[in-house]
Amino acid sequence: MAGPLLKRRREPLGPLDYSRRLSLRLVFLVTLLFLYAPILTLIAFSFNDSRRNIVWRGFTMKYYEKALKNDGLIEAFVNSLTIAFISTLIAVLLGAMVAVLLWRFRFPAKAPYEGAMALPIVIPEICMGVAMLAFFSRTGWPTDLPWPLNLGSITIAHVSFSFPFAAMVIRARLVNFNRELEEAAKDLGASEWETFRDVLIPYMKPGLVAGGLLAFTLSLDDFVITFFTSGPDTVTFPVKVYSMVRFSVTPEVNAASAVLIVITIALTATAMWLQNRTQRK
Amino acid sequence: MDNWRRNPLVFWVIGLPPTFWLLVFFLIPLGLIWVLSFGEKRGVVEIEITWVLDNYARALDPIYLQIFVKSLWMATATTLICLLVGFPIAFMITFAPARWKPLLLLLIILPFWTNLLIRTYALIAVLRTRGYVNFTLEWFWDQSNWLLNLLGLGEMQLLGEKFQPLLLLYNNFAVVFGLVYVFLPFMVLPLYASLDRLDRSYIEASLDLGAGQLRSLFRIVVPLAKAGIFSGVVITFIPALGSFLTPDLLGGTDSLMIANVIERQFKSANDWPFGAALSFILMYATFFALALRAFLAKGSSAMEAG
Repeated sequence: MAGPLLKRRREPLGPLDYSRRLSLRLVFLVTLLFLYAPILTLIAFSFNDSRRNIVWRGFTMKYYEKALKNDGLIEAFVNSLTIAFISTLIAVLLGAMVAVLLWRFRFPAKAPYEGAMALPIVIPEICMGVAMLAFFSRTGWPTDLPWPLNLGSITIAHVSFSFPFAAMVIRARLVNFNRELEEAAKDLGASEWETFRDVLIPYMKPGLVAGGLLAFTLSLDDFVITFFTSGPDTVTFPVKVYSMVRFSVTPEVNAASAVLIVITIALTATAMWLQNRTQRK
Repeated sequence: MDNWRRNPLVFWVIGLPPTFWLLVFFLIPLGLIWVLSFGEKRGVVEIEITWVLDNYARALDPIYLQIFVKSLWMATATTLICLLVGFPIAFMITFAPARWKPLLLLLIILPFWTNLLIRTYALIAVLRTRGYVNFTLEWFWDQSNWLLNLLGLGEMQLLGEKFQPLLLLYNNFAVVFGLVYVFLPFMVLPLYASLDRLDRSYIEASLDLGAGQLRSLFRIVVPLAKAGIFSGVVITFIPALGSFLTPDLLGGTDSLMIANVIERQFKSANDWPFGAALSFILMYATFFALALRAFLAKGSSAMEAG
């Protein structure tokens, strides 16, 4: 790869060859360093055999073992995954409904309706967080339910902010749908429901998966809104990491963070790949 | 698109559940906060809704006004730095070979997908007194001191007696640094989207007619990319203004932003009506920024058409 690059450099710089200008390349490289160095050092030092965290003292997995043995951390991680899983299912279902509704129908006050649907995307997280806190405490939402049910309030809050995002992704997929397919199915005797199940849903599938992965990542990542809806018994992974970070910077937190980074990046890569494939078709 | 009357059953079946959800689990909670913002605190948990504007008036108190000004100032600084850094990056990606573009864009977006808390936490390790930046600086200090000793200038202690670590964490600098770190992708994406659509022959024409690169940039590229610049500015400014985590973890006692004050009212200070009023002020500021963006976008598209 170095060969062609070097060869090209010998050609004189064209007036629009901005991507080959040294100054712009330098800005880009420095920015990449700025964006990646903190995350990469965090991951690298989670393997460092020193509590001081600064000087490299050799490779170790002991902080991963420690993180695994930390019951609070594991419990928070399981909670996070459970919430993400359930909220994603509901968010995709609701998101698909909104997407089809907005794509298929003309109805009165559609513009304000769309605006209201976009509200959870645009309002500051803190406002939504305190709104959820006020809502669940004022309605007397039960807090002493057994395990998966006590995550209900957080799950509901997560659905509220993630389903408009899912709807957006699914709707983008629907835009290219050829409605003649639907009409053909109906002409051939399919009912409304059969058309929906056998024609529209299979077409929407990549959008559903991409929207679902987005909702899953959003749920797994959320700190601010969860912070206001979680109680002492319903701690999620980011909330737990937050309480650990407030005390000190420890390699254990590094290890746990590294795991979460790998999970989210893998999920995002899958979502992007799916969406790319969708667009190409 | 069908009229909803053509198939009312399908319309209601797919329309009701999400609308119900949005209403009950989003709009009603927001409405509750709105109502609370006109209330008065009576006891530890009791709030009486008296429809007074006292909470909003209290936000004009110099202490809180100062925090508002500071938040606006920090969000503005963040947005400007993001614009200054993001523009050359978006510009470079636009003119990169087509097969490189997705990869370069992905490199900018990828950090955005890692957890915000973890990214902010990673910055603590970089910026703190015994962090990587100071560690590197100390190394340079030692090396230059060694060099000075070698030159026989060691006694003069040109660099001071001892290495003084820079105080990079728990101040306003750290907050703006963290906000730029978090929101840079928000700026690059809209800039790229508008720069990529730009007709390059305009730049060529400008260069051919004798304008220099800089003049072409400010007279041709910037005006044509105006819509993207507005979008980027608003999309970066809104979350920066409302950010909670970055000032909370990286800021010092004097770098509180609105969101931190709101959080305090709802948690430690336990003054919900005041917190609710502050939330709504923040929300109105957000809507104002969004309306401004829509207005400016309309203006610039009218200009392009004309």
